[in-house]
Amino acid sequence: MNIKRHLSDAFLLDYAGGNLSEGWSLAVATHLALCPTCRRQLEAMEGAAGALLEKMPVEANATDDSWERMKARLGGLQAIEIKPEPPREPVKPGILPEPLRSYVGGDLPDLKWRALGRGAYQILIDTGDRDTQVRLLRIPAGKPVPEHTHEGCELTLVLAGSFRDGEDLFARGDIEEADDTLLHQPIATEGEDCICLAVTEAPLKFTSWIVRLMQPILKI
Amino acid sequence: MTQPDNNNVSATDISQVEMMRLLVIVGQERKVEAFELLFRHYSPRIRSFMTVKTKDRQVAEELMQETMVAVWNKAAQFDPARGNVSAWIFTIARNIRIDAHRRKRPVFEIDDPAFVPDNTPSADVEFEQAQDAGLLRQAMETLPADQFDVLKRAFFDDVSHSVIARELGLPLGTVKSRIRLAFEKLRSALEGRR
Repeated sequence: MNIKRHLSDAFLLDYAGGNLSEGWSLAVATHLALCPTCRRQLEAMEGAAGALLEKMPVEANATDDSWERMKARLGGLQAIEIKPEPPREPVKPGILPEPLRSYVGGDLPDLKWRALGRGAYQILIDTGDRDTQVRLLRIPAGKPVPEHTHEGCELTLVLAGSFRDGEDLFARGDIEEADDTLLHQPIATEGEDCICLAVTEAPLKFTSWIVRLMQPILKI
Repeated sequence: MTQPDNNNVSATDISQVEMMRLLVIVGQERKVEAFELLFRHYSPRIRSFMTVKTKDRQVAEELMQETMVAVWNKAAQFDPARGNVSAWIFTIARNIRIDAHRRKRPVFEIDDPAFVPDNTPSADVEFEQAQDAGLLRQAMETLPADQFDVLKRAFFDDVSHSVIARELGLPLGTVKSRIRLAFEKLRSALEGRR
């Protein structure tokens, strides 16, 4: 796999600092599972954070008291043997990596898609995060993602197949970062349905296909 | 400003090597004496880190204690070939802070069969990791103040880049480009060694 479209430093930094909400983090962490390049960037960022930690101001005279309290806690902890994690059920190599697979409850064959119209399907993914909307989309080969506008950012991570947005091709592992200045029109590449994870700030407002459905009624 | 020099080993690099040795001993032998030395170095720094956001010394002390308990418990998972001690301890402190706010931060799993491993060799010499830490620290000192400030806010103030932009009254694009420029410099400092 040769990932060409990576996360921006700004998104990665939010994730490294622990300041990215659950919905965005799900897309970032799933991209990271597929992208060694971005994992190396993340490591460099955590290294930078470690360097800043070393330079934090040190309050004198507090350490002895703190250490006494820690020793008391360790007295109870030392007796506890750390159990090795139980061996997990071997999972067959699949399409959806963690953490996404657990969020949707299985890999592609296990999923229950809901029709979105015009051959497209979706699965809404529940997170504890009210600020984002997270969904898996399945776009039929050669067909456009229903045209939409949205407020703020959108992250789209390709998991299977590929799509084109203008001149740019996005394949498995590639992530597209779009903002509201862009009315983009991703089109699934011929030959294979495109499955992608889409995270948006506000609920997507699908425009054109609703308009098209209404056209015969409104005679416009 | 000193330029990164591969032959020049600073005192801080040596202390990073020493911290790494102590953490490995804690992980393998559960030695309280080694842990005490780590505790005396890192606990005041972690308390400061926790105080930046909470402003409450009691809460910060408790979060620091939680962090150091996690360091004790997870020491065996630390891999000296994959990272330096201060970065590893930062990630533990960060995760304790996220838990304290009852937030969730999904993470990738390296044992997952769909996980794509990194084929470029990792640093096989432990000292190289400590040296990376030194190079990063030196490179950070050469960052322009506006870039350094954005990184500091991102790691310590518990805010996203869009909130930083709002707080500084700057366009989002300006903050994004400061972040990009800062990490371009840090990455080229690291690549200079390899």
